[in-house]
Amino acid sequence: MLDAAWLIPAFPLLGFAVLLVFGRRMGEPIAGWVATFASLGSFLSTVGVFFALQGEATDERFHIVTLFTWVSSGSFTVDAGLLIDPLSITMCLFITGVGTLIHLYSIGYMHGDEKFSTFFVYLNLFVASMLVLVLGDNLLLTFLGWEGVGACSYFLISFWFTDPANATAGKKAFVTNRVGDFGFMLAAFLVFVELGSINYADILTRAGELSTFSATLIVVLFLLAATGKSAQIPLFVWLPDAMAGPTPVSALIHAATMVTSGVFLLTRLNPVLAEAEVWSLGLIAWLGALTALFAATAAVAQNDIKKVLAYSTVSQLGYMVLAVGVGGYVPAIFHMITHAFFKALLFLGSGSVIHGLHEEQDMRRMGGVARFMPITAMTFVIGWLAIAGVPPFSGFWSKDEVLLLAWNADGLGGPALWAVGLITALLTAFYMTRQVILTFLGRTRFFDPTPEEIESARAARLDEAREGIGAAEEAHASAMAAVEKAEADVTKRQDALTKAQESLVDATAAVAASSEGADGHDKLVKALDKAEKAVPKAETALAKATDGVSAANDGVREAEEARAVAIVAVDRVSAAEVAAPSEFVTAQTPKPEIEGLEEYLPESYAHRREYHPHESPWTMTTPLVVLAGLAIVAGALNLPFTKELHFLEHWLEPSLFGNEAKVTASAATKWLLAIIAILVGAVAIVASFAVYLRGRFDPSRIEAEPLRQAWYVDDSYASFMGGPGRRLFDGIAWFDRTIVDGAVRGTAGGLSSIGRTLRVTQPGFVRSYALGISVGTLFVMVWFLGRLYA
Amino acid sequence: MSPLALLAVDEAAASPSFAILPALILVPVLTAVAIAFLPGRRADYLKVAALTGSTITGAFSLYVLAQFDIDDPGLQFVTQQDWIPSLGLSWFLAVDGISLFLVVLTGLLFPIAILTTEPHHDAKPYYAWLMLLMAGSMGAFLALDLLLFFLFFEVVLVPMYFLIGGWGHGNRVQAAMKFFLYTMAASALMLVGIVSVVFLSAAATGGPTFDVTALAEAQALSDTAALLVFITFAIAFAVKVPVFPVHTWLPDAHTEAPTAGSVILAGVMLKLGTYGLIRFGVYLFPAVVDQYGLVLMTLGVIGIIYGAAAATMQRDLKRLVAYSSVAHMGFIVLGIFALNSQGLEGAVLQMVNHGISTGALFILVGWVYERRHTRQISALGGLQKAAPVMAGVFTLVMLSSIGLPGLNGFVGEFLILLGAFSSARWWAVVATAGVILAALYLLWAYQRSFHGPAEGENADMADLRLSEFMGILPLLVLIVGLGVYPKPVLDRIAPAVDELVSHVEAHAEDFSEQEPAPVERRGTEELISTAEEAHEGAKEGEE
Repeated sequence: MLDAAWLIPAFPLLGFAVLLVFGRRMGEPIAGWVATFASLGSFLSTVGVFFALQGEATDERFHIVTLFTWVSSGSFTVDAGLLIDPLSITMCLFITGVGTLIHLYSIGYMHGDEKFSTFFVYLNLFVASMLVLVLGDNLLLTFLGWEGVGACSYFLISFWFTDPANATAGKKAFVTNRVGDFGFMLAAFLVFVELGSINYADILTRAGELSTFSATLIVVLFLLAATGKSAQIPLFVWLPDAMAGPTPVSALIHAATMVTSGVFLLTRLNPVLAEAEVWSLGLIAWLGALTALFAATAAVAQNDIKKVLAYSTVSQLGYMVLAVGVGGYVPAIFHMITHAFFKALLFLGSGSVIHGLHEEQDMRRMGGVARFMPITAMTFVIGWLAIAGVPPFSGFWSKDEVLLLAWNADGLGGPALWAVGLITALLTAFYMTRQVILTFLGRTRFFDPTPEEIESARAARLDEAREGIGAAEEAHASAMAAVEKAEADVTKRQDALTKAQESLVDATAAVAASSEGADGHDKLVKALDKAEKAVPKAETALAKATDGVSAANDGVREAEEARAVAIVAVDRVSAAEVAAPSEFVTAQTPKPEIEGLEEYLPESYAHRREYHPHESPWTMTTPLVVLAGLAIVAGALNLPFTKELHFLEHWLEPSLFGNEAKVTASAATKWLLAIIAILVGAVAIVASFAVYLRGRFDPSRIEAEPLRQAWYVDDSYASFMGGPGRRLFDGIAWFDRTIVDGAVRGTAGGLSSIGRTLRVTQPGFVRSYALGISVGTLFVMVWFLGRLYA
Repeated sequence: MSPLALLAVDEAAASPSFAILPALILVPVLTAVAIAFLPGRRADYLKVAALTGSTITGAFSLYVLAQFDIDDPGLQFVTQQDWIPSLGLSWFLAVDGISLFLVVLTGLLFPIAILTTEPHHDAKPYYAWLMLLMAGSMGAFLALDLLLFFLFFEVVLVPMYFLIGGWGHGNRVQAAMKFFLYTMAASALMLVGIVSVVFLSAAATGGPTFDVTALAEAQALSDTAALLVFITFAIAFAVKVPVFPVHTWLPDAHTEAPTAGSVILAGVMLKLGTYGLIRFGVYLFPAVVDQYGLVLMTLGVIGIIYGAAAATMQRDLKRLVAYSSVAHMGFIVLGIFALNSQGLEGAVLQMVNHGISTGALFILVGWVYERRHTRQISALGGLQKAAPVMAGVFTLVMLSSIGLPGLNGFVGEFLILLGAFSSARWWAVVATAGVILAALYLLWAYQRSFHGPAEGENADMADLRLSEFMGILPLLVLIVGLGVYPKPVLDRIAPAVDELVSHVEAHAEDFSEQEPAPVERRGTEELISTAEEAHEGAKEGEE
């Protein structure tokens, strides 16, 4: 079976080839199943090899499978060969195991994506590259895998390439890692120059021949490589951005497997580390410890559910690097395994939440998700307990081992390393609890109107209120006009009445003056009669007109009132700005005040109200459940109580060549350290509950801006590259155009002006050439004749 | 050309077996003649004719590869015929491990360049010039008579001049003139050098001879003379490579040339410079090279960093690829003057790799230009959406150019750096930093052209046609094949390189190859015993 170890990388490689050619035709979901079974085949082969290897005597668990000579030149030869030993097979087991689960998960997660099959092409290629990385029997083959996983990471981060942010993140990951590769290549050269070989069999058995200086230099250069792939200070900046890729990618590549390559490499080369100066090991340990602390502080203030996990990954990788630095290779690998389980679980859980909540990634918009997604929530809680260091979940055991080894480190400031690790553990428990609360507990903020929606509703409401003022003003103006008209009418009616009264008086006088029977008397009586009737008529008209005036005045008053109401409304809507939702959220954060705005909210709000958050399909929940199980029990790999329970330590022993640091602390110290760690974790969890569940403390005082920006490291790099870096490159391009090529053009210009001068001698007329030839011949003849007769 | 061609016919007839090397020159020449007699209106006939001629030549070069004796470090398929005996001139053709793959590369790239591109006008002279260019390139790689080499070396300029000037883009006439005058002026001095080395060696070689092997064995020049003559050679080759700071003809020529011209220029003609540096630099002047090689290594390293930095800021995609050549050729120069197995083998391998990758990149950029009528990176964007297959092919070629392990570019680059690290450590350190920059400029250009949202014409650009894909497929196969299994190539290069290194060792005082001594390889057993020792040690420690 050991000789069949080539099957391990062959399965995913075959899957890659098949999917590359036929993937599109297979489509969804067949392409996904092909890839999953390729990964599963690899896992089963690994299991077979594992048992075969276990069948050997402890110290004989090494086997090299040589496939063919890859590169050979002079005294330099490397094979395409696989080194099967406890370390590489341990790596393979969790790579293919977790890998298969994540393939399965992806079938559900990538459902409906137009590039469904392409995704699995990359995923299988990734698994194959990762396996080559850990199985390669020489540095060059490891480098092949190292770069292969980097390329796949690049493809998958920029998978949804139409968004420039994703494309940028992919490129950033690749280029940042290249800086680390610079270290890898130089280290490999140095190993070759010093040992004449870069095969692990030679390096591991002959590391003692290295001078301390060379060994130190090699270690430092490989550390540079590790800071790239394993995202340590100063090259960690690509990993948080790498979350732009689909979530299964974050889980597999950027949490469980690829990012552990740096730790694996340093562990693989433990005999070289053993030859190096102590300060270089201290450098490794402190770099890891500081990265762990630094990233944990940044994780406290992130709102994107995946960003929290990304910084958390950087932080946890810091633990592993710290462990390697203090000679704790077993704790490093132990933590790598448990971390692969619980962090993959957490990422997949977050992916499930994102999937269930309509691609929402902002935790401020989550809350109460446990109601809709019970399986996701349950498994996520297990992941949380594991990473927060709660016994008996797996993370507690592995982290405790790391901390113990840190405490134990002589000459590297052990207790200080331990303290940094402990503070990191405190922060880890704190921010992970925050994540669980904000995501799964409390009120569901998903259905709340978003700040954008509220803003848009407010704007709509304001517009309407402003329109109300306009309408009221118009009404007022027309009411005023009506009043004027009515008043004019009153005046007219008044005049008419006066006139009528006057004519009555006149008519009465005229009747009195004339005698009865006199001529025209009847006529006058008739006129008097008419005048008598006209007066009450005019009086009635006047009264009506007066009524009209008061009615018009009422209209004006009404219009004024309407205007006042409209103005008040505008003022109120304007004032509502103050009540915009806070950017700091706890489970107690109330629903934003939207009274009077409901009907103005945009359609997106209504759509979301109709959206039903749902649990993910079985392809996604099955991996969650399996990983949750592993996250619970993985601690059993290496329980500290008796020597017999150190399974992992015994298993890895041959690969470590006696370089594992010995723990000298007494049993009492160990118990004390463990109890302190448990207490610190408990305090952090309680504090986080107080802040984020109960709302006893204002989170804005914790989530400070420098933390949210991860201490502005990334920004500084970006402004350096965009500023002086870019100017330097522009300067070189300018120098080439103007100076280097300018010199050439200047020379050419000079030559051509010389040519123009000389052209005078070549006018192109045959007669002038003839003249020249004649004169020349004459000269020659004269010269010969002169010599002849001299 | 024609007297040489006639001679070749005589030679082929005279020799008992079929003389394959003259055929590599003759077939393209005859094809060019045939094309001259074909009707000019039918571009498709002309293309078929050129494709046939170049493919037959390519097949012959593959035959040479197949028949090449892997264990023979010396010259093979030798054809030597007196030409002008009184002057020591001869028609001397041969291949060895150093030129073998350059001949094959030439035989491969011409048919592909012809297949994948169209001239658009005046097809007849276009194909005729291309075939003459093929003949000249073959001749230059095969000739081992100094003057014959020089003739071929100069002759290739003419077809390339007309190809750039006649079928190029915007500033083509100026670019063609610059290319021609620059390289011509640089090689003029070499002729003086050639005549000098021949006549200064005449006493030692028993009469003047242009036979490179005889001159190399004689080593008759004084130190000063050798240095001066070497300088004339080095200048000619440095311009051709091109080495910083005499590279500025290249961006113009590459950018303005038609696609096939760029492919051949980058893929084949630049190699004349690095090939010349090995064959006529290291081989003829081992002592000078040993003493002053560091100067050229320095220029190579500057080229790596400088070319990459300049490439990063280019706005024209084709110009960017052109500058990347400056960087890549810098690696090759670095490898040559490392003067050890890894450096030299890596350099020869990288010549082939660069021809494949950069040739493919120029073909791809040409296709983008055909479709979009622009090469300005800022005018492109989101092409991957409309053309996923082209994007995939571009990605593979780009990663090969970046030097991703598993693809061809890596093996050569790694061996060069490894060799340079053994002989000039700090130069290798700086050069390795160039590896970072290669990723930067290519990925950035790819991102701006292929990623992001697609708008306007970018959104409906046509993807690769099947014929186009099949045309570039051989290069893709080689990119992967040479990356995974470079052994057959390295095995054929190695004996000739070893021979060359021992030649340098024999003729340069105080020179010894800078390479770690070979070690007995360890394996499973040693690992087991080391683990056992550690185990014992641990047990004792506990007790």
